[in-house]
Amino acid sequence: MHDVGGQSGFGPVPVGDEDVEPFHADWEARVFALSRALRHNGVFNGDEMRDAIERIPPHEYLAASYYERWLLAIETILEEKGLA
Amino acid sequence: MSGRGERSGEHDGLVTPPTKEGFDDHEDLPVAARVRRLEERVVAAGLTTDDELDAILDGLLRNASPVNGARMVARAWTDPGYRETLLSDANAAAAELGFGTSGYRLRAVENTPAVHNVVVCTLCSCYPVSLLGPSPGWYRSFAYRSRVVREPRAVLEEFGLTLPDDVEIAVWDASAETRYLVVPRRPEGDLPEEELAARVTRRGLIGTAAV
Repeated sequence: MHDVGGQSGFGPVPVGDEDVEPFHADWEARVFALSRALRHNGVFNGDEMRDAIERIPPHEYLAASYYERWLLAIETILEEKGLA
Repeated sequence: MSGRGERSGEHDGLVTPPTKEGFDDHEDLPVAARVRRLEERVVAAGLTTDDELDAILDGLLRNASPVNGARMVARAWTDPGYRETLLSDANAAAAELGFGTSGYRLRAVENTPAVHNVVVCTLCSCYPVSLLGPSPGWYRSFAYRSRVVREPRAVLEEFGLTLPDDVEIAVWDASAETRYLVVPRRPEGDLPEEELAARVTRRGLIGTAAV
């Protein structure tokens, strides 16, 4: 699941979710840092990351929060590559 | 790695929970504990270090901010030469003020009396983090991503931005390769560059506010 452009049914835009703090929880920041570091170190590239996110089954994709999807993608890539 | 369009059979089921020893119960762990375990594993595997992760977060929180994008816009408002650079080669314009935009093409889109620009990433949340700071929750929301391409005028209304009917709305769909920065219309008044920069908001740089 990836391109939600034009789909309906997601309700109003949560305009109040303005993120004064960039992350809602410390673990979100750690996932962000892990993604940056592993990309920088050549473990995977941005396209692989997005591909892994897009391969998350729709029911999981929609139920997961934004950084949970990143986490699942990183776990999936590392598992597939047998790296960690 | 295969491209986005490919969906070969080998991909089927790859995101079912892994069964490798010590990796099979991650779905049941609270997410924070799952992240800690992942971090421990990648550090143990030599793929990164705790110091590197800390440095990335320090750099992000210290350097990535919408103040950077606002400075570029205010400079363009006050310096025609810089505006020309910004509109023709936004990566160079960012670099001129010391901001990094590596790995993607940055394109600046300028609002005019006839056209208002707004940016989305319908695929995920591609976005020039160094110039805008970490993305706001609404930018990542399914509602924004799905609706702004279909009914931008209604979505902008939800942000409190009402555009005249004769103003065209251009919606730019960002990708990993090309990301966008909106150049809002300059506020009235003869303000110095620093005060102009202070008027520019993150929403203005994405296009969900006038400035």
